[in-house]
Amino acid sequence: MDIPQEKLRWIYERMVTIRRFEDRVAQEFAAGKLPGFVHLYAGEEAIAVGVCAHLTDRDYITSTHRGHGHCIAKGVDVRSMMAELFGRSTGACKGKGGSMHIADVDKGMLGANGIVGGGPPLACGAGLMAKVKGTDQVAACFFGDGAAEQGTTHEAMNLAAIWKLPVVFVCENNLYAESTPWTYHCAASDIASRAAAYDMPGVLVDGADVFAVYEAAGEAIARARRGEGPSLLECRGFRYYGHFQGDAVTYRTKEEEEEYRRRDPIERFRKTVLSQGLVTEDELNAIDEAVAREIEQAVRFAEASPLPSPEECLTDVYVDYPVAQLAFRH
Amino acid sequence: MVVATRVISYREALNEAIRLEMRRDPTVVIMGEDIAGGAGIGHVENVGAWGGVLGVTKSLVSEFGRQRVLDTPISEAGFIGAAVGAAVTGLRPIAELMFVDFFGVCMDQIFNQGAKLRYMFGGKAKVPLVIRTMIGAGFGAAGQHSGCHYAVFTHMPGLKTVAPATPYDAKGLLIAAIRDDDPVIFFEHKLLYDTTGEVPEGEYVIPLGKADVKREGSDVTVVAIARMVHVALEAAARLAGEGIDVEVIDLRTLSPLDEEAILESLAKTRRLVVIDEDNPRCSVAADIAALAVDKGFDYLDAPVKMVTAPHTPVPFSPSMEQFYIPSPQRVIDAIREVV
Repeated sequence: MDIPQEKLRWIYERMVTIRRFEDRVAQEFAAGKLPGFVHLYAGEEAIAVGVCAHLTDRDYITSTHRGHGHCIAKGVDVRSMMAELFGRSTGACKGKGGSMHIADVDKGMLGANGIVGGGPPLACGAGLMAKVKGTDQVAACFFGDGAAEQGTTHEAMNLAAIWKLPVVFVCENNLYAESTPWTYHCAASDIASRAAAYDMPGVLVDGADVFAVYEAAGEAIARARRGEGPSLLECRGFRYYGHFQGDAVTYRTKEEEEEYRRRDPIERFRKTVLSQGLVTEDELNAIDEAVAREIEQAVRFAEASPLPSPEECLTDVYVDYPVAQLAFRH
Repeated sequence: MVVATRVISYREALNEAIRLEMRRDPTVVIMGEDIAGGAGIGHVENVGAWGGVLGVTKSLVSEFGRQRVLDTPISEAGFIGAAVGAAVTGLRPIAELMFVDFFGVCMDQIFNQGAKLRYMFGGKAKVPLVIRTMIGAGFGAAGQHSGCHYAVFTHMPGLKTVAPATPYDAKGLLIAAIRDDDPVIFFEHKLLYDTTGEVPEGEYVIPLGKADVKREGSDVTVVAIARMVHVALEAAARLAGEGIDVEVIDLRTLSPLDEEAILESLAKTRRLVVIDEDNPRCSVAADIAALAVDKGFDYLDAPVKMVTAPHTPVPFSPSMEQFYIPSPQRVIDAIREVV
């Protein structure tokens, strides 16, 4: 496959950023420094990065409760992300969203989403905007295998198909919806084949192979940009952590986890580019070091940032609304 | 300047508001089930078949085309969510939820997405969306097509809620709602579509959050919503003969609430009756009664009375349905208790 060198370095840098970010979040969470709870994306890096490699800031993505990887792949500032997880006023959402709602509309990132199946209709809306305005923007809709069973996902695929919207549905099948295996919750033998019901292309991809994701997403996104309508990709992957931090992961075996770690997307990428002489080891190592510094700085930035003032609770509900009625008799 | 007015219906006033805004702003689109009708059928492709189930959106498709007047599948979660997504990314969609009772199938997209995105994103997003929806009993439409339910939406931070009672208000408020940068749920009472009134030609805006004194009076304040404004006015007319002078306040917007207008009137009349066709528990009526007790207690010379629907679904048979809907007589009885 012909991927420019600069893009290869970008793919590696984004995947490593996601991995280091998530590993660090796991640490900080375990140390009790993060409020709420977090769902980590480590292991699935190739999917977000392989898809977003074809998108610009003008394109949109919708995401899931496991949204940090999508944010990083779409170019959201890592410092503002870390600060958001720490609940600080410098956070991407000023501390109002947290992990499950982390967003940056200016980067085309329409939010992690705490509702499973919440994103697909929103992606149709972004696609509709592009169609009405006659632009070549596209919307990529990430959703999990759990969301594949939500009505909204099916309604959105049907709507995108009948209106020929520039939407690419990316099912990240990480094999478990919380603790429930997809082979139990899904009546079909694969999720990609459901595309046939909506008369759109459906492709099953190895979600730990960034080259495979890149190629399949490239075709689907090009099709959307040409105005030929939506596609569905099912990317099979694996999350290294549990559903959430604190999940004892009793539903998976050690053997299964080891097997998936042997297919690690970042290691595979390294092997491929090094064996083919596409990028040098020194270059990859330099990226590793730069990413490590960036993550360290992000944590320091977050820790040094102030908490929002309590009254900040009352802002950003509306563009325009009587303040006294927001505070009510508070 | 003399503004030309003519007598048109509530339905025509709404149609005119949408038409004028679609002419003025190419990012305004409208979507819903059968709002043009007959999509994909050659002989009606350019003219539409229905124009909405009660004709509010008639002939819009002829002027603006299928690209901006979008018939949707019967897929409320899908298209209401798409309207939210389109609003966040640069359109001003008007989505029609045919009957408000259907909110059950798409509430997540309204409540967890549309209403909360701006807040959860730290103010970085705007959601300039209007959801028009039909409310009200009196049509024999029974339990799943007759509710008001505006209290449910008024309860939710992030949403604004509007319920016009007259053609004039319907047009000016809908234009304001379309231009508003926040999500607005716009409630149209199905028994009002055929009512008529003076409406100016051209554009005008009635600001959201402003109530209107529909009848001035000095003895008792009656606060009413949507069709109940007309019920209040009838009760007021009947009591005028007995020398009871009723002030009728039409809320027009439920969120934000024009607290000042209510309290000002209360300071004058010292008595309050609230009429609401919605169910009574956690209702707009109860909210206004609480406001009066909290901020207007010193004005009150009598208990606050609520005249509402009972705590039941809307029944089918006319005898029961008429019992369900607050009547002028019930309003008169409530007023007599306090004056």
